Amino acid sequence: MSALPENQAGVFIVENLTKTYRTGEVEVHALRGVSATLYEGEISVVLGPSGSGKSTFLNIIGGLDTATSGNVKFRDIDLSNAGESALTRFRRNHVGFVFQFYNLIPSLTARENVALVTEISSNPMRPEDALSLVGLGPRMDHFPAQLSGGEQQRVAIARAIAKNPDVLLCDEPTGALDSNTGRRVLEALTRINDELGTTTAIISHNAVIRRLAHRVFYFADGEIAKEEVNNNRLTPSQMEW
Amino acid sequence: MRALDKKLLRDFKRLWPQALAISLVLACGVATLILAVGTYRSLEETRQAYYERYRFASVFATATRAPNSLMRKISRISGVSTAEGRIVEPALLDITGMREPASASVISMPDYEPSRLNRLYLRAGRLPQPGKPGEAVVSESFAREHGFRVGSTFSGTLAGRRIEFQITGLAMSPEFIYAIGPGDLVPDHRRFAVIWMRESQMSGLSNLDDAFNSVSLTLLPGTSQRAVIAELDQLLQPYGGTGAYGRKDQTSHAFLDSELQALRAMAGVIPPIFLFVSAFLINMILSRLIALEREQIGLLKALGYSRRAVSMHYLKLVLVISLAGVAIGFGAGTWLGDGLTRIYTEFFDFPFLIFLRSFDVYLLAAGVSVAAAVLGALKSVLAAASLPPATAMRQAAPTLYRRSSFIGRWLAGMVSQLTVMAVRHVIRWPLRSGFTMLGTSLAVALLITAIFIFGSINFMIDTVYFKTDRQDATITFTTPLGTDAVQAVKKLPGVLSAEPFRMMMVELSNGSYSRRLMITGKPKSTRLSRVLDLNLDPVLLPSSGLVLSERVAHHLKARRGDMIRVRLLDEGGSVVEVPVADITQSYLGLDVYMDLDALNRLSRVGPRLSGVFVELDPAKYDAIYAAIKAMPKAASIALRAESLKKFRETIEENIVIMTTVYAVLAVIIAFGVVYNSARILLSERARELASLRVLGFSRREVASVLTIELAVLALLAQPLGWVLGYGFSWAVVQGFQSDLYRMPFVVENSAYGWSSMVVLISSILSALIVIARVARLDMIRVLKTKE
Repeated sequence: MSALPENQAGVFIVENLTKTYRTGEVEVHALRGVSATLYEGEISVVLGPSGSGKSTFLNIIGGLDTATSGNVKFRDIDLSNAGESALTRFRRNHVGFVFQFYNLIPSLTARENVALVTEISSNPMRPEDALSLVGLGPRMDHFPAQLSGGEQQRVAIARAIAKNPDVLLCDEPTGALDSNTGRRVLEALTRINDELGTTTAIISHNAVIRRLAHRVFYFADGEIAKEEVNNNRLTPSQMEW
Repeated sequence: MRALDKKLLRDFKRLWPQALAISLVLACGVATLILAVGTYRSLEETRQAYYERYRFASVFATATRAPNSLMRKISRISGVSTAEGRIVEPALLDITGMREPASASVISMPDYEPSRLNRLYLRAGRLPQPGKPGEAVVSESFAREHGFRVGSTFSGTLAGRRIEFQITGLAMSPEFIYAIGPGDLVPDHRRFAVIWMRESQMSGLSNLDDAFNSVSLTLLPGTSQRAVIAELDQLLQPYGGTGAYGRKDQTSHAFLDSELQALRAMAGVIPPIFLFVSAFLINMILSRLIALEREQIGLLKALGYSRRAVSMHYLKLVLVISLAGVAIGFGAGTWLGDGLTRIYTEFFDFPFLIFLRSFDVYLLAAGVSVAAAVLGALKSVLAAASLPPATAMRQAAPTLYRRSSFIGRWLAGMVSQLTVMAVRHVIRWPLRSGFTMLGTSLAVALLITAIFIFGSINFMIDTVYFKTDRQDATITFTTPLGTDAVQAVKKLPGVLSAEPFRMMMVELSNGSYSRRLMITGKPKSTRLSRVLDLNLDPVLLPSSGLVLSERVAHHLKARRGDMIRVRLLDEGGSVVEVPVADITQSYLGLDVYMDLDALNRLSRVGPRLSGVFVELDPAKYDAIYAAIKAMPKAASIALRAESLKKFRETIEENIVIMTTVYAVLAVIIAFGVVYNSARILLSERARELASLRVLGFSRREVASVLTIELAVLALLAQPLGWVLGYGFSWAVVQGFQSDLYRMPFVVENSAYGWSSMVVLISSILSALIVIARVARLDMIRVLKTKE
C-alpha cells in the first residue's frame, strides 16, 4: 500500500486536551493533556485498552462532546469554543461517523438510511453509489433487520461517506463482527480512503488494525503514550487476526 | 423491604409522571362513576323518601266541576288505596315592587283533617285556620325570593276576585319539587308561587261548593295503573274530566326523572371510556417497561425467581398506579358529587337531602378500576413471566419493518426520510397507533357531546321563542269567553296586536292507539303564534282537519289523511271523526292544532276563546302589566321575555360548569394518551434519535420525527372523534325524547371546532413536555451501548 502522502496539512490540531467527568462522587480524568495532529488524507488508528481515553478523544474531535480544557481546531474551525448549534453544523457538514453498534434506523431501508444523510448535505454522492462503494448495491432496498451484522456496518459506512465528509471517524467499527466480516468492513474503509482520499480515524482495541494505518496513536491512562508512522501498510486481506 | 420491592419503588419514582397521567385518567373514571351513581342514588333515595313520607300521589286527574259525592265512587275503584279530591285554581299575583304579574297555582287542603295525599312539609309557621279569609301557606322558594316571612301579605286575583293573601306558613310539597310556571321551561321562583288554602275558603272563591276539580290517588301494590286510569276517566267524563295521568306525566316528577335518567346514562357511558383508556395506557407503558427490562427479567429468573414472583412484581406496579387513581377518584368523586347535589337543590326543592355514601359504589369503582388496570397489564406481564431466562438475557431481535404498501412506496419518494421514519413507525404498530388515536378521539367525542347540547338547546329556543311562539305574552282566561274578548284585550294600553286561541281537551284515537291532550285552535293565518312544518317553515293551518305534531303522530301511528276519532272531553265526550291534514314540528309538549273556525264548528257550545296571544309595546309594559293584574278574567300570563331571560341565565350557568368539567375530563384523557405515547415513543426511539443528532441533524429536526408521528395520530383522531361525538350526541338526543320536550339533534360546527381545539392544544402541550427531552438525549451513551 502507499506510504504517507507528501506535504500533508493538519486537519485536526489538538493541543493539551483534558476531559474530566463527574460521576456521582467520583472524578474521572478521561483525558489528561492530549496533543495530536491528524493529517489530510491519512488513516489514523487509535489503539488502547478500555478506559484509556480513546473514545473520549474521538467524541471531542467529532463534535459529540466538549473538552474541559485545551484546544481543538478543525482546519479553521475552533471546536473548543463552539456552541451546540455550531457543533451540529460541524457534524452535519464535515464528519462521517461509524460506530460499533451500527446505529441504523430500523424503519428505513439501506438506501433510505443513506438518503437520510444525503438529504441534508450540500455535496453528497448518490446513495446508490455510496452503497456500491461498500459492496451493497444489490441489497439496498432491504431493511436493517433483513441484513447481517457486517452488511449493517457497511450500510453505516456508506451512510457516513455518502455526504463526502472531510473526515470519517470510526469507533470500534469491527468490534461486533467476526474476523471475516470485520475484514470486509475494513476493506470498505481503506477503499474509501484510497479512492476519495477521506481523512479517517479508527478507534480499536485490536492491535492488528494498526497495520493498515498511516499513523498510529497509542492511548494509555488518558494520555498519548506513543505515536508512530507506519511505512509498511498492509491491505485488510493481508492481515491476520 | 425486599430487594424486588425496592426496585418497584424506584421504578415508580422514575415513571411517576407517566404513572400520574394514567392515575388521573383512571381517577376520572372512578370520580365520574361515584359522581353519577352516588348522586343518582342520593337523589333517587331523597325523592323516594320524600314521596313516601309526604304521601305523593301516583295518579292525577282534573275535571271542570265534579260533586264531592263522586269521591266515594272513585275510592271504590278496585286497586285504589287512597283518593282525595281538591280544588286547584290558577291565580295572578300582584307583588309590591314587581312590575310584571306573577303566576300561582292555588291548591285547597281539607278544613279539619290533614291532607291524605301530597302533604306539605311545613318549613315555618302554621297551616291556615279554616274560616280565616286570606290565610295561606306559600311555597318557601317563592317566599324566599321576595323576602316574605310568616305574617307577610300580598294580593292577587283568583277566579276573578281580588284577594289579600296572608302568609301563615312556608312549605314545600312533593308535587312541586320542580316547580315551573305557565310558559316556562325552568323554575323561576320569583314569578311562580304555589299557594295552599283551606277548602272552605277556596270553594267559596271559585264557586266549587261541595265540588272538586282535581283528584289524586295512590294505588295498592300490584294494581294496574292503566286500568285505574281508565275507570277514573270513565267516572270523571261527565264532569269535564280531562284524562288522568300517572307520575310519569306529572311535570315535576317527569323533569326530575329526566335528570335521573341523564345521571344513569352518564354512569353507563363516561366511566367505561376512562377505564378503557387507562387499560390501554397501562398496557402501553408496561409493555415498554418490560421490553426495556428483558435482561433484568432474565436475570431474576436465572437467579431463581418464579414466574409468579416476576408477574407479581409488575402487577404491584400496576396496583400502585391504579390505587393512586382510585384514591384521587374517591376524593374528586365525593367532592364533585356533593357539588352536583348542591346544584340540584337549586333546581329541585327538596326539604331534606339524603347523601348516600354507598360503600358499594366506592367498592365497585375501585374494583372495576383495578380490574381494568390489571386487564390492561395482563398480556405484558404474562409475556414477561413466560420468557425463558436465556432468551430474556439475549437481545431482542430488531424490529422488522416492511415497505410493502403502495402508500409506503409513494410516500418514500415524496417526503424526507424523517417523515418516512415517523409514518412507518405509525404503520408498524397499528394496534398501538390505533388505540392512541382512539383514545385521543374519545376526548374529542366526549367534549362534543358536552358542547352540542347547548347548540341543540339554542336551536330549540330559537325555534320555540322566535319562530313558533313570537308573542310577548300569552294570557289565558279563567273560563272560555266569547270571541269579543279579543277586542277587549286589544283595547288594553300597550297592546299592539292580539290573536285569539281556543284549547279543547280531547282524546284522539287511531285504531288501538289513543292519547288525551289539548287541541289548540288558532286563526288560519297567524303572525304571533305560528305552526312550523317539518322543515321549520311556517305553515297556514288548513281550513279543516287536524295538524299533529310529529310526536303525537308517532304515538298515534298516524299519517296524513288518516281519520282520527276525536272525543271532546270538555263537552261530555261526543265523538267526531277528523282527518289528519298535516304533520308538523314541535319540541315542547304534545301539540295538536286546528283552524280556530274549524275547531269552533266541532264544538256544541259554539265559538269560544281560551285566551289570547299578544304583542306588546315595550315602552308601555308598566301600563299593560297593571291592566292585566286588574283583569278579573285572566287566569295566568306567560311572559316570553321573562321566560327566555330566566332560561338563558340558567343555561349559561350550566354551560360554564358543564363545559369546564368536560373540558377538564377531555384534557386529562388527551394528556394521558399523548404524554404517555410520546414518552414511549421517545424511549423506543432514543437510540435512533441520538444517531440522527450524531449525523448532524439539529434538535428541531430530530424532534420532528416525534412530532410528525404524534401529529399524524392526533390529526387522524379528529375526524374519528367527530364521528364518535356525533354518534354519542345522537344517542343523548334519543335518550332525552319525552312528551314534555324533545331536543332537536343539532351539532354545530363550533362544537367540533372547540372540541378539536381543546384536545389539540392539550395534545401539543403534552407532547412538548416530552419533546423538550430530545435536547437532553445523550448521544455518546446511546451509541456506546447495545440496545
